[in-house]
Amino acid sequence: MRYAGLGALALATTFPLLWLISIALRTTGSVFGYPPQLLPYPASLDNFVSVWQTMPLPRFFLNTIVLAGAAVALNLVLCSMAAYPLARMEFPGRRVVLALLLSTLMLPGHVGLIVNFVTLLRLRLIDTYPGVLLPGAVSVFGILLLRQAFLTVPREMEDAARMDGASEWTIWWRVMLPVISPALGVLALFEFVAVWNSFLWPLIVLKTPDKYPLAVGLLYLSGLFAHNTRAVAAGAVMMTAPIIAVFLFTQRYFMRGLTMGAIR
Amino acid sequence: MGTDPGPRPAGPRPAGWPGVSRRRWRRAATAYLFLAPALLLLGVFTFYPVAFGTALSLFEYDVISPPRFVGLEHFRGLWDDRFLWISLANSTKFLLVVPVLQALSIGLAVAVNVPLRGIRWFRAAYYLPVVTSMVVAGLMWRWLLEQDGVVNYLLRAVGLLDRPIAWLGHPDLALYAVMFVTLWKGLGYYMVIYLAGLQAISPEYEEAATTDGASRWQVFRWVTLPLLRPSILLASTISAIAALKVFEEVYVMTAGGPMFRTYTMFFYIFDKGFQQLDLGYAAALAVVLAVLVMALSTANFLVFRKGGWSYY
Repeated sequence: MRYAGLGALALATTFPLLWLISIALRTTGSVFGYPPQLLPYPASLDNFVSVWQTMPLPRFFLNTIVLAGAAVALNLVLCSMAAYPLARMEFPGRRVVLALLLSTLMLPGHVGLIVNFVTLLRLRLIDTYPGVLLPGAVSVFGILLLRQAFLTVPREMEDAARMDGASEWTIWWRVMLPVISPALGVLALFEFVAVWNSFLWPLIVLKTPDKYPLAVGLLYLSGLFAHNTRAVAAGAVMMTAPIIAVFLFTQRYFMRGLTMGAIR
Repeated sequence: MGTDPGPRPAGPRPAGWPGVSRRRWRRAATAYLFLAPALLLLGVFTFYPVAFGTALSLFEYDVISPPRFVGLEHFRGLWDDRFLWISLANSTKFLLVVPVLQALSIGLAVAVNVPLRGIRWFRAAYYLPVVTSMVVAGLMWRWLLEQDGVVNYLLRAVGLLDRPIAWLGHPDLALYAVMFVTLWKGLGYYMVIYLAGLQAISPEYEEAATTDGASRWQVFRWVTLPLLRPSILLASTISAIAALKVFEEVYVMTAGGPMFRTYTMFFYIFDKGFQQLDLGYAAALAVVLAVLVMALSTANFLVFRKGGWSYY
């Protein structure tokens, strides 16, 4: 009984996605029409093959992977660097820095959109990947998440390394980072999903369609190939599948990360 | 640049600074070296825009010619700007999504807060729309909401509708259709926030109420819901800010149409700033939106903070 209710709800929330897969798998019959054909029959992968071969989809995939990879790497390194002294060192100004970081969570981020565009224009970074990446290279959410993780590392581990004459950098890299790897994983996950799906900022910064990531590229294609709904649907499925797979395999971390930060 | 509180030079100890040992100086220098890249980037792309964004709203700037100071002219122009009022009205209407979304998410969180086998797969199913890109979600719903689309078919099959409606093309309904998609995509996210809130409540309170003979609804209404207030504050603030700043679903599904009926504040800022390159005016609009956002979160905070017991 319980399961029936929950199952019906699950069907309702996932129905649009299932229907998307269904039209992507269909090669004949109209997408619209009355009554709509819900099950894909006859089913084939033709749409996937043709969209992959005739549209610049491989290019968009590659772009997205490069962007997401770089964003994840930048965030892991820069956030863990910033979080380390905030968690483990006493120095003048620590409280001020922490307060500044917390204050950004209350800033309305959209003001940044216009000014950052102007800044990138001046730096001649419009239509480049550094332009897409730099404003998001450090997330405050990431710093706070990793600071929390650094705080839980027992003092003894650090002291042992210090006794052996290790520098702060060695301690950070060799001792601390391995211990907080679960938190790094959570951050990597969030950053990956966020960049994979991000759309507004790349749309503003990038001017050459060849450089588009999937989200922007797919919308661009849907404008160009408005008549070919099935092909666009196949592209949409291909864009969504990796992210859903990543989510399903890591949902435990995902939910934990969300409740730790509840930001974004 | 700007307000960067940034790294301090790691020079030798200044003469005549008593009480600060060389070791402490080196330690501080190391700490700031660790912080430097993050502070630099945040300074340029997060703090500086707040200051410069406000300044920019006092200028005429179109990227090509140098900025020209115009003072408060943009703000004076706002009053007579028809599109400001249209977009403001639409963004305000969009706030209607907040209470509905919160109520449904709380219900969903209660429903999945049970120790059932496989419950995490149901939670995952409800969360899937959250990790779906807005571009995919928007395209998908655009097709579903077509005049001869599935939504019309289902509504007619159950007898709720006589004639099919082009939801996104209908002047009075388009905005609500967009709001529905926001609702669909947001449910899972807020469900997780409320689930965490529910699980932080000690079961003793609910048990005590049940022992006293309270019905399940009474327990929920008078015990669970008040204890959930911190989560409600957090979630409704996030949701209200997101609603005021709605952009992506509008851009993908209706592009502001039909007849500007889904033209929102953020869409207007985007249009002015990046399509018409009227960056000074766009900055002025952004300042207006920022003030609204801050007023709204403050109001939200006050509403949920007042009343009986405080447990912050």
